[in-house]
Amino acid sequence: MDLTPHLPALQVIVPMLSAPLIVLLKPRGLAWAGATAVALLSFAVALNMAIAISDGAHYRYDMGGWAAPYGIELSVGAFSSLILLIVTGAAATALLAGRASIDSQIEPDRQPMFYAAWLLALAGLAGIAVSADAFNIFVFMEISSLASYVLIAGGPNRRALPAVFKYLVMGTIGATFYLIGVGLVYMMTGTLNLADMEARVGAVDDINPILVAAGFITIGLALKAAVFPLHVWLPNAYTHSPHMVTVFLAACATKVAIYVLIRFDFFVFQSNFDWHGSHFSSFLMPLGLLGILVASAVAMFEGHIKRLLAMSSVAQIGYIILGASFVTQDGLTASAAHLFNHALAKGGLFLAIAALACHYDDLRLDRLAGAARSMPWTSAALAICGFSLVGVPGTAGFISKWLLIDAALDQGPFAWLLVLIILASSLMALAYVWRIVETLYKKPAVVQPSSAGEAPLELLLITWLIALANIGFGLFPQFPLNLASAAAELLMGHAL
Amino acid sequence: MNLLELLGYFNYWVFAIVLMVGLYTVIAKINLVKKLIGLSIFQSAVFLMYITMDKVEGGTAPIILKGMEGNVFSNPLPQVLILTAIVVGVSTLALGLAIVVRIYESYGTIEEDEILDAD
Repeated sequence: MDLTPHLPALQVIVPMLSAPLIVLLKPRGLAWAGATAVALLSFAVALNMAIAISDGAHYRYDMGGWAAPYGIELSVGAFSSLILLIVTGAAATALLAGRASIDSQIEPDRQPMFYAAWLLALAGLAGIAVSADAFNIFVFMEISSLASYVLIAGGPNRRALPAVFKYLVMGTIGATFYLIGVGLVYMMTGTLNLADMEARVGAVDDINPILVAAGFITIGLALKAAVFPLHVWLPNAYTHSPHMVTVFLAACATKVAIYVLIRFDFFVFQSNFDWHGSHFSSFLMPLGLLGILVASAVAMFEGHIKRLLAMSSVAQIGYIILGASFVTQDGLTASAAHLFNHALAKGGLFLAIAALACHYDDLRLDRLAGAARSMPWTSAALAICGFSLVGVPGTAGFISKWLLIDAALDQGPFAWLLVLIILASSLMALAYVWRIVETLYKKPAVVQPSSAGEAPLELLLITWLIALANIGFGLFPQFPLNLASAAAELLMGHAL
Repeated sequence: MNLLELLGYFNYWVFAIVLMVGLYTVIAKINLVKKLIGLSIFQSAVFLMYITMDKVEGGTAPIILKGMEGNVFSNPLPQVLILTAIVVGVSTLALGLAIVVRIYESYGTIEEDEILDAD
């Protein structure tokens, strides 16, 4: 049997069906092995599709054999396959690297449940990326959100609980806003299939419900994506969750929401309405710029290393939104590339922090002073990923920042202001990353690590793999860039 | 717009008002359980919107029986969607309440301000 046409469906079905089976695997080593195998399999499927897609393929799949627009369609193009790579890659690397870290943070008898929730989150996030049906996206969004609330609250830190409650409330409001928007569009067009919606929405007589729907959908998804100033749930949720969950979610959870936001706005509205481009950019560009400036400034003064990087995530989301708000092909290419590169950099940083956390219970920055002496390899990997986050030439982060500045230069009379803001925030990023590096390398130790030596070998190896990938994709960015520019082409010109 | 037209949108007015009541409760209440009640009200309003838009004038329940093929039926799709959304809402509420129980176990209170003070 040839499985190739079924790959998009496998992306969801494999983790979703394995989740309840994982719960039954009581010996915890087995649960870990099962979950890791499933995540790796998903990653292999995503990679397989991404390679075919960069050669020009496009996957479509009719669920249950019911043809679109009546049936539920799955569709994987360049943009979705980029997102799938990030999601499955983050899930697989965090599981591969994280056994020791998860063992130390989750009680043994709860671990099978924890891994099941992990796979459900993976299934939901992958489902959002493959689905071409507006309501289906909502359902997958809720599956992934509910599972990630469980993951975040799963650790030993009690502060995770109020944080996750806030995330639950704000996430539900965001998803419900999206649901209202989808309902309004359905009311006017009678369809839920995104491609069909795009074909019909232009012929609607009364434009007001569509306008309201665009507002609800954009704001709802901006809440999910933690676009400034709707980001308040993010810092605490990332700071207090188990370290491996932070690696997984920081790399992909908000990016998937941005993906839906961009996809919905560009496929359905942008191609049909002249006003949409200017509405979209006049609303999101200021938010993107404010996010970049404010979040970077806050990150410079944060005392807790995880919270510092969480604030920096908010700033990076600002870059991605800024690129999209140019409504040009270059801007969208920069956005899509930054989605990928930021996932690499932030994933690597949080992996390195998980490695530090093996020997340091308190992750406040001043307590980590001098850690490079006992953990030189971890600290070096952390520094490399940090420089990729700043955008130092030779790292992946440089490529997308360069593209973003290049795209900003086309933005008419105020282009210099945009470039200035991007450069200023890169300097701020340099300041906070340097603060971390300086603390690790230069300062005298305040706290002795609980045990000497490096982190567990597999964690260290994977962290270095990601750090090297940051350099590798900085020197040879062809593969993600091909996907990113194909995605932008699809979004702007899109013969869907 | 005359009065009759306004009344014609009665369900949509109720939708908007209930939605705002829910959102206000989520924002204004400090007690976590009350916040969740507000969240449920907020979600229920959306169910009402979907159910309202599936109504076809003179339509009956969309069940095809022998001898009734010519009837006008309400649109069944939004009802199916809302069944799904209700399940999502219930699971969200259940998970939210479970988190509140764990907050109570570790903080001894479910008032937001006292939780903030405790840390």
